[in-house]
Amino acid sequence: MGIKNFILSVLILFGTWLLLGGTFRSDVLIVGGALAVLITLLFVRQPKALTTLKVRPYALLMLFVYFWVFLFELLKSNLDVALRVVSPRLNINPGIVMVKTKLKSPMGRLLLANSITLTPGTLTVEIQDDHLFIHWIDVSSTDVDAASEKIVKGFEKYLEVFYG
Amino acid sequence: MGILHIIGGAVSILGALFLLLASIGLIRMPDVYNRMQTGTKATTFGTIMFLGGIGIATPSMATKLIILVLFIVLTNPVSSHVLARAAHFAGVPLADRSVTDKLAEHRAKEGVQ
Repeated sequence: MGIKNFILSVLILFGTWLLLGGTFRSDVLIVGGALAVLITLLFVRQPKALTTLKVRPYALLMLFVYFWVFLFELLKSNLDVALRVVSPRLNINPGIVMVKTKLKSPMGRLLLANSITLTPGTLTVEIQDDHLFIHWIDVSSTDVDAASEKIVKGFEKYLEVFYG
Repeated sequence: MGILHIIGGAVSILGALFLLLASIGLIRMPDVYNRMQTGTKATTFGTIMFLGGIGIATPSMATKLIILVLFIVLTNPVSSHVLARAAHFAGVPLADRSVTDKLAEHRAKEGVQ
């Protein structure tokens, strides 16, 4: 376990503790800090989520930008699906398409698949290596490259910075 | 009744509206995959807004609500993915109006049952 993983793991556990407690009283902080270090030492050996995360300043900035880009996508696609639901003719055109991703690391692919699933309208059904099979509520193209461009590219260009 | 209560209430009602639309979608959609699209995922946003509204109205609860939102955002996609995958592997058909099923083609080609 490298020093980077140790620090990241302690920070995540301590941050969760702070959010759960919601106070900054010193005794609460000390207990939380001690527990964070203890849990990290006991349980965290090779956390894939942390070992493959790049902690360069630019990558962390992109992580922050990605958060907002993702929120915006979530809002946009929710409105889109909501409009489809209430349209009298039920304006959908569903199907399962195949897309390709450039991301190599398992964590990068995991985040990509989860981001796709969280935005309504697209749902990851299966992953095989660098191919994702996605149920799409409004299929505009069954071509692999065109579909990848529409579904994957928007997330991928941020994800590849912090999880290659 | 402060201004925060009014804003928080408005945000919560907006979230509840999304949840209502998701439930309508659950009834109107033609097959299990499309129902998954609205039933499990449109609810994520509705729940986030609903909890956000509570957070604005009562800021003392905000930190616990952030934890709740994090758990929803982390677990929701996993469960809906697993449900959809299980449905497809169990042979649940897509609705007739579906235009393509690349996964079925792929599995037929690979000879996987």
